[in-house]
Amino acid sequence: MTSGTQVWDRKHLISMSDVTRDEIGHILETAASMREVNRREIKKVPTLRGKTVINLFYENSTRTRTSFELAGKRMSADVINVSVSTSSVAKGETLLDTLETLQAMTPDLLVLRHPESGAHAFLSRNLDTSIINAGDGRHEHPTQSLLDILTIKDQLPLIGKRGFEGLKVAICGDLLNSRVARSNAIGLKTLGAHVRWIGPPTLIPAQAEEAFGVEVFHDMDVGLEDVDVVMILRLQRERMQGAFIPSVREYFEFWGLNRQRLAKAQPNAIVMHPGPMNRGVEIASDVADDPERSVIRHQVGNGLAVRMAVLYHFAGSSVRKG
Amino acid sequence: MQDRNALLIKAGRVIDPANDRDETADILVVDGTIQDIGRLTDIPADTEIIDADGLTVIPGLVDMHVHLRDPGYEYKETIAGGSEAAAAGGVTAMATMANTKPVADDITVIRFILEKARLESLVNIFPIGAISKGLKGDEITEMGLLKKAGCVAFSDDGFPVMKSGVMRRALEYSRAFDVPVIQHAEDLSLVGCGCMNEGLICSRLGLQGIPNASEAIIVDRDLRLAELTGGRYHVAHISTLEAMEAVGKAQKKGLRVTCEAAPHHFTLTDTDIGDYNTNAKMAPPLRSQQDRNAIREGLARGIITAIATDHAPHDEDSKRVEFCNASNGVVGLETMLPLTLALVRDGVLTWKQAIAAVSWNPAGILGINRGTLSIGRPADITILAPEERWTVTKAALHGTAKNSCFIGHTMRGQVQKTLVSGRLVYSSERGIIRESAL
Repeated sequence: MTSGTQVWDRKHLISMSDVTRDEIGHILETAASMREVNRREIKKVPTLRGKTVINLFYENSTRTRTSFELAGKRMSADVINVSVSTSSVAKGETLLDTLETLQAMTPDLLVLRHPESGAHAFLSRNLDTSIINAGDGRHEHPTQSLLDILTIKDQLPLIGKRGFEGLKVAICGDLLNSRVARSNAIGLKTLGAHVRWIGPPTLIPAQAEEAFGVEVFHDMDVGLEDVDVVMILRLQRERMQGAFIPSVREYFEFWGLNRQRLAKAQPNAIVMHPGPMNRGVEIASDVADDPERSVIRHQVGNGLAVRMAVLYHFAGSSVRKG
Repeated sequence: MQDRNALLIKAGRVIDPANDRDETADILVVDGTIQDIGRLTDIPADTEIIDADGLTVIPGLVDMHVHLRDPGYEYKETIAGGSEAAAAGGVTAMATMANTKPVADDITVIRFILEKARLESLVNIFPIGAISKGLKGDEITEMGLLKKAGCVAFSDDGFPVMKSGVMRRALEYSRAFDVPVIQHAEDLSLVGCGCMNEGLICSRLGLQGIPNASEAIIVDRDLRLAELTGGRYHVAHISTLEAMEAVGKAQKKGLRVTCEAAPHHFTLTDTDIGDYNTNAKMAPPLRSQQDRNAIREGLARGIITAIATDHAPHDEDSKRVEFCNASNGVVGLETMLPLTLALVRDGVLTWKQAIAAVSWNPAGILGINRGTLSIGRPADITILAPEERWTVTKAALHGTAKNSCFIGHTMRGQVQKTLVSGRLVYSSERGIIRESAL
C-alpha cells in the first residue's frame, strides 16, 4: 500500500472540519488501493490482524453498518456489531456508561452512530479509545462525505473537470436534518468546490450561507443551473416533528429530481444519493436508475473502500495518536 | 442589661445606592442592625472591629431568581447547600422559584420552605409562589394566602404561562396584593425540540434552534395584558434585543413593567457552547453577540434594572450526557458579583448602578426590606476586594452543584466577608461559617 509509511496522528474522526486537505488526499489514495483488494478473488488482507473494531449503532443502518463491518473483516480485524434499540436506552444506562463498558474490553476503534448531534464530541472528551463517527444526529457523517468525494473524483473526467477547484455541487432536499449535507459542504469546500444548497425554506438551517459558505436556493430549477454534481438527500420523515412540508406530493413537485429538472444542470452532470432512496419522493426512478447519470451504486462500492481506508488509518499500526 | 453585640466595619469604601452613598466610611452594627454610618468616633471598647481598609463595602446582594431544588430534588441542591453558595457569593437574600416537588403552589409548601430556611439557611430566603396550580398554566393559585404565608412574587419559572387568558387573570388578580408576576417568556410551540439559540452556531452543530421570536412573542403579549390589567409584570432572564426593546417601550408608556438579566446572558454568547458544552445549556439559551450587547445596553439605559442569576443547580449526571438530553440551567450565585463588576470596568454601568442592580433594585421589585445599608435596616453586608482575581473551578465553588458555565474563567472581584443580620456567614479565610452543625 502506497500510504503505509505515512504518519497518521489524528485520533478521532468526528467532523470533516477536523480533516485537512492532505488527510482527505491520504484517505482517498488508500481507498483507491483498497478497491484493488475488493476486486481480488480472495478479498482479505492481514493489515488489521489482532485489532478489534466495535460497531455500535443506535440508529438503523444497512449500508453504513454493513460496509464498516465488511471493511474491518476484509482487513482481518475482529469486528463486533452492537445494535442498540432505543428501548434499551430507555431502561436506564447512559451512553457514557455503555461506551465505558465496551472500552473496558479494549477495542482499538469504536465506530458509532447516534441520533443526537454532538454525542461523539461528548464521548471523545471522556474516552481514550479512537472514535469514528458513523453519523451523529443532524451534525455530521464524515465517512459518507469521504466516499462521496471519492465518487466525484472518479467521475471528474466524465464531468469534464480536472479537479475540485471550481466544481459546482448542488446538494438538494432536506438539508435541515441532514448530516450528509453538513459533512459534504465542509469537505467539498475544503477541496475548493462551490456548494449550493437547494430546498424548501423550512428545511434549510438558519444562516446556512454564513455557517457553511454555501449558496442557498429555494427554486430547484434555478439552483441546478450549470451544476456538475447533483446530490439528492433523503427526506428524513423520522426526524420531522412539526409540519416542515405539507405533503410528499407537493415536495416531489417542487424539489424532486426528475429528468426535466436534471436537464438544467451541465449535460454531463452526475446524480448522487447517500441512500436509502425514497423513489418518487425526492428522486424519480428513471433518473436514479439511469446508468449514464446516476453513480449511486458506485457510491456504495466506494463506501466500503473508504471505510477500509479509514479503519486502516485510525486503527492501523502506523497510527501515532495524540 | 443584656450584652450588646457590636461590630465596626472600619474605613471601607461604602457604596449604598439607596442613599446615594459612595465614600470611605465606618459602619457600626449593633445586634444585627445597622446603627450608624460615617467617620465614627467614640466606639465602645467591646466592639469587634473588621478592618475594611482597601475593601469595598456594599449591601448584601439580593438575587431575585434562584432555584434551590428543595423540596423534591435534594440530590441537585438543598436549601442548606444553596445558601452556602449564596454566602460565598456575597448574596444575603434570595428569592426561590416555585418549581420544586411538590410545586410551591400551596401554603404548606411555603411554610415548609420557610421553616427549613430558618433551620438550615445561612442567608435570607424569600419564596416565590407558583402563578398556576402545579405550574400547569390552567388555574391561578391562592395568591392572597400565599403572600400572607411569605411569598414575595409569583412565577411558573421553568415554564411560561402559555394561555393568554390565564396570564390575564394572574396579572389582574395579583393587583389586589401588589405583588409582581414574573414570566419565563418562551413560546413553547416555537421552542419545540430546540436546545440552543437558533443561528449560525446551531446550524453548524446540527442542533435544533430556539429563535428570538419565542421570547419576544410572549413578552409582547404580556405587555398588552399588563396594559389591559394594570398588573405588575416582570420578565425573568431577558435574553433578546427584541424583548428588551419592547419592555423599554412599555416602561415609557408608564406600565408597571420591570425585567432582569442573568450574568451569563450579558457575558457569553452561543459560541461559548463550543464543542457541545452542556454546562452552557440553559433556558432561555445563550444568544448572539447582538443580543448580548442589547442586554448590556438595556442595563445601561435603565430598562433592565435587576441582575439575577437564574441559579439552577444540577447533578453531574444531568449534564454528563448528549447535549440535547442535558438538563437546562447553570449555577450563578458565586459568579454574580464579579461578572456584574465587569460591567463597571467595561463602562456599561457606574458602580452605584451596578450595586443597585444586584441589591436595592431587586429588593424594590420584590418589596423586601433589604438591599441597602440604611440605618435601622438588618446588617446584610458584603465586603469585597474588587480587584482580587480568582479562577472558577469546581473545587472553588460551594454548594452541592458545580454546573457553572464559567469553569476555567478568571473573575475579578472576590468576596472577603458576608454578613447576614450582622453575623459572619462567610469569609475568604475561613470559608463557610455555621454556628451550629446541621
